[in-house]
Amino acid sequence: MEKKLYTITVFSENTPGLLNQITIVFTRRQLNIETLSVSPSSIEGIHKFTISVYCDADMIEKVIKQIDKRIDVIKAYYNVDEELVYQEIALYKVSTEDLLDSKLESIIRKYNARILEVDRVYTIIEMTGHTEETQQLFEELNKFNVLQFVRSGRISITKSPIEQLNDYLDKREIRRKEIEGK
Amino acid sequence: MKEVTGSEALLLSIINEGVDTIFGYPGGTIIPVYNSLYDYKNQLNHILMRHEQGATHAAQGYARVSGKVGVCFVTSGPGVTNTITGIGDAMIDSTPMVVVTGQVGTSALGTDAFQEIDVIGITSPITKWSYQIRRAEDIAWAVARAFYIARSGRPGPVVLDFTKNAQLETVNFEPKKCNFIRSYQPIPDINNDKIKLAAEAINNAKKPFALVGQGVTLGNAEKELKQFLEKADIPAAFTLLGESAMETDYPLNRGMLGMHGNVAPNMKTNECDVLIAIGMRFDDRVTGNTATYARQAKIIHFDIDPSEISKNVKADISVLGNVKDTLPLVTNLLNKNSHREWIASFDEYDKKEYEKVISKELETKTGDLKMGEVVRAISDAVDSSAVLVTDVGQNQMMAARYFKFRQNRSMITSGGLGTMGFGIPAAVGAKLAVPSRTVCLFCGDGGFQMTMQELGTIMQGEIGVKIILLDNEWLGMVRQLQELFCEKRYSATKMKNPDFCEIAKAYGIKSCRVTTREELAQGVKEMFADDKAYVLVANVEKSGLVLPMTPAGTDVTNILLE
Repeated sequence: MEKKLYTITVFSENTPGLLNQITIVFTRRQLNIETLSVSPSSIEGIHKFTISVYCDADMIEKVIKQIDKRIDVIKAYYNVDEELVYQEIALYKVSTEDLLDSKLESIIRKYNARILEVDRVYTIIEMTGHTEETQQLFEELNKFNVLQFVRSGRISITKSPIEQLNDYLDKREIRRKEIEGK
Repeated sequence: MKEVTGSEALLLSIINEGVDTIFGYPGGTIIPVYNSLYDYKNQLNHILMRHEQGATHAAQGYARVSGKVGVCFVTSGPGVTNTITGIGDAMIDSTPMVVVTGQVGTSALGTDAFQEIDVIGITSPITKWSYQIRRAEDIAWAVARAFYIARSGRPGPVVLDFTKNAQLETVNFEPKKCNFIRSYQPIPDINNDKIKLAAEAINNAKKPFALVGQGVTLGNAEKELKQFLEKADIPAAFTLLGESAMETDYPLNRGMLGMHGNVAPNMKTNECDVLIAIGMRFDDRVTGNTATYARQAKIIHFDIDPSEISKNVKADISVLGNVKDTLPLVTNLLNKNSHREWIASFDEYDKKEYEKVISKELETKTGDLKMGEVVRAISDAVDSSAVLVTDVGQNQMMAARYFKFRQNRSMITSGGLGTMGFGIPAAVGAKLAVPSRTVCLFCGDGGFQMTMQELGTIMQGEIGVKIILLDNEWLGMVRQLQELFCEKRYSATKMKNPDFCEIAKAYGIKSCRVTTREELAQGVKEMFADDKAYVLVANVEKSGLVLPMTPAGTDVTNILLE
């Protein structure tokens, strides 16, 4: 079966050890996590994990269900790139001397990157975009020697008009009232 | 509200959950809990095991027979690591269990303190939930949540790692109840479209076939299962853990599935037109090669756990929910039907299996005792009404094949994990759960020696389990595989054994060793003469094979009969 990149979104309670519980599922299935990004979500007390992984369609179904099964995981979803708006952020450290080279300036313009900090010795450049784009910039800058380079995990937002997490939380709230009303 | 110590709060919380029996082993970091236990001796019966692994298997045996949550108390460090086998076993076999582990004080966490180990890290992959209690205020909440998680939905083990400071602190205590967790939906919503699709497929089936798993037992759905099978006249077979959900002589019960199951149900898997899996997970020991498994059939999968759907075998129709709820909904939509001809077509395979395998196992009148005939002799002596506990290996397969059942929740075995040494402690737990019933344990000479220290527990607690040791002086199942697939190169499978009767004697347990059919009959009579524990050692044939056999990974129809 064809492998492709899937983006998994996991919403969880903010309990210690949750990341470990999620990564166990990948380890057991011998899957490498390509990128990972964790942060508090817009809802207080709920954490959001964005994980990208290469696998086939059958495998992603199984992985999602096994993540969803963990008690403190509220909901896990997966999407393909076409269903998402996604970005990564990359930082590049180059020598300021190189920056004075006019070619470098044109590269920065071309990629719509921006300069965060200029020191006598070094300059920090930032670019957001897809992996291929930040990678291209790296390769161009590296012709002048990139001193340090870092790229974040992917973050993403679905294009769907349905907010699945909110629907799920509403459903659970109704259920809670049913149970506690009894 | 009353002010109590954390350890007392723990005991009050578990009493509030209906617990009256605990299996455990004390040690340094759990001493405050045991100190409090001294005051609750009348409400909580603590069974002192001889090893923490034994405590977990006893809790499993107790839970599986009673349907209640099994409870263990153990100390930190090695106390916890010794429970790992039992916790893993409970996870894969969906057994509700709460294991309370002592832990060093919070200030010492992460410092490699004496008997400190990362309990949450170790147990996370093999528990439904594991949680570290670091403050006495969290006890009521954590215990309520632990029991709710262990027993609801698809049951499983939960670990509560109880730091010493939380045991010693005082707290204003009031027990809590938990019946809702936002992030956890124990039973999925029922989809009526799927109910209709399932009923329609079954109504249109000419050759329907049902596979019964432990989900039926866990859902207490034995009655609902029979109504379902009878209305549409569907033949059924059971998985190892699904045995005893239907009585052995129930007319629609056509035997056991899997590697050492009966010929007819395995062959019919690849002949039926609709395969109805009920609370089972298509384990590889049931399916063999999944690429050729039931490819001709439409597959309907009833399960409570969404992650089991299409995990091993792709389902055409999935019916999520507790089978106790979903089966009747489908039954309502079924046409009354008869599949006499289809059901009768199982007979031919049954006849062949009887001639080639069963008659030889049960009716040989000369030579060494056969494992199967020993099992059947015990089963007949208890009139098919006992609880069967098995260890793992040939003894397990022979017991599953030849022991007969009349009552549900009567088959206690380590299925998914296949844990040798499960038997003796699980039998202890089972007997304590149902003291009025006879509990028969079958084990081999290998498994017996893995946990035979629990004879001490049997002695101290005067626990009347009937142990039948099938002694062939080999690790029989591995020996069988070596005979069949390793050119009889018997690597590390020959056992030089102690005198098992002398060992039983050392623990004050009556025993006998039987070699002939007359001695067997006499021994069985003596064993059941009273309610006390007994060890019957049967010298069985050295090179006995469990047949039929489907070699691992081959087609479900690739059955060796000799």
